[in-house]
Amino acid sequence: MAMFSSRNWREYPQRYRMEASRFKKSGKTYFPPRTVDPETGDTKQEMVRLPEIGKLLTYTVIRVAPSMWGDEGPYALGVAEMTDGTRVMAQITDCDVEKVKIGMEVRVEFRRIQSEGSAGVLSYGYKFVPKWF
Amino acid sequence: MAGIVGYGAHLPRHRIKVEEIAKVWGADAPSYKKGLMLREKSVPPPDMDTITLSVEAARRALIRAQTVDPKDIGAIYIGSESHPYAVKPSGTTVAEAIGATPDIHCADFEFACKAGSEAMFVAMSHVDAGHMKYALGIAADTSQGAPSDALEFSAAAGAGAFIMGKENMIAECLFTHSYMTDMPDFWRREHEFYPQHGGRFTGEEAYFATTKGASIALLKKSGMKPEDFKYAVFHQPNGKFPQRVAKELGFTQEQIDPGWLAPRLGNTYSGASPIGLTATLDVSQPGDLIFMCSYGSGAGSDAFVWEVTDRINEVRDLTVRTHKLLDENLTYIDYGTYAKFRHKIKKNY
Repeated sequence: MAMFSSRNWREYPQRYRMEASRFKKSGKTYFPPRTVDPETGDTKQEMVRLPEIGKLLTYTVIRVAPSMWGDEGPYALGVAEMTDGTRVMAQITDCDVEKVKIGMEVRVEFRRIQSEGSAGVLSYGYKFVPKWF
Repeated sequence: MAGIVGYGAHLPRHRIKVEEIAKVWGADAPSYKKGLMLREKSVPPPDMDTITLSVEAARRALIRAQTVDPKDIGAIYIGSESHPYAVKPSGTTVAEAIGATPDIHCADFEFACKAGSEAMFVAMSHVDAGHMKYALGIAADTSQGAPSDALEFSAAAGAGAFIMGKENMIAECLFTHSYMTDMPDFWRREHEFYPQHGGRFTGEEAYFATTKGASIALLKKSGMKPEDFKYAVFHQPNGKFPQRVAKELGFTQEQIDPGWLAPRLGNTYSGASPIGLTATLDVSQPGDLIFMCSYGSGAGSDAFVWEVTDRINEVRDLTVRTHKLLDENLTYIDYGTYAKFRHKIKKNY
């Protein structure tokens, strides 16, 4: 339990605010953030916040979910290309799995990601919802 | 005085109809619909709670605030009777999510359905006192109602967020009045899942006496009459109560219409009159006066007079309007799905 709450806490910048790393030399943005650009070895970077709108590139449907998400199944996990070109993987929520389509526009929303049973820590972060406004 | 420099709302997309709840409990749907003046209510899915609703509403408030740097927000207060943790604040998660930490003051407020207007009141008071440049007051709930209880037909979810400041206001607060007595009309004891209430006792002596007490005192304090206002928003535990109290105070149906959300939204508890205010601001024009009066069992009302400024035309459509969240992109669910979403089914984990 304690291990999870500390790991969760360390990931707040990316999970809560979608903070990514943009490297100086290549101009490339990585999400989740990295300390070293794997292509150039560059460590000089700036923090950028990703846009909230993207387009779904691919997805998969989870029908037999791990116990923490068992009540939510079936649900889709997808990779979207955000409007700045960065790719992000997230759960697609508020959407019937039969209605998930490659190419659909998605919006990032702040949601509860998981609960450690009824007594443990709650973790929050980004999910995709179909963009409708 | 200080006022609102940014506002935003968030609602779940899921709805359940009164008929769907009534059929499970053998209740007469037409009489509930007529008695409560309510057709359906919002339902939060399992990954939505007071914290997530607050974050989305706060982000929209920041969009409408345009130039406010989250680091300049000196306080975040969230009023709710459904904070996800018994011990661990909701406000710090919201502060972290909008990038307002660490130089900030946070507190979670509770006061039945009045917690949201308290958060707004205290946030605004800090700005007025000059303690900070901006403060964020949030009203949010994923309300509880016991299965088969009358409250189950109305207990809903939603959030409204208001960034208070003194410059570039969207609506300036001209007057406030608060009115409190010790009233045992509705309560929830520690470790209980659902609130208890006094049935008919929650009406005349509680909701109506308190709402009128605060409203009449505010009208007197401001020297204003109901007809001076373009709009009015009251706490709305159902569709009927706000309509009746408005009429008894001398306000018209046209004045309450934009913020009278309960018939389709249900009772969002702490969120009720604040979300009604967001919907009213969405349609208001510069110079309009808005009367607002919350109500929380236990019991008390916070009442406000807002004067809308020219900035409303600039900001109202920078993000989604509240009525769009209320009317569009809805998913109707059955009672089984609702019971699962609201954790009303016993399981051994």
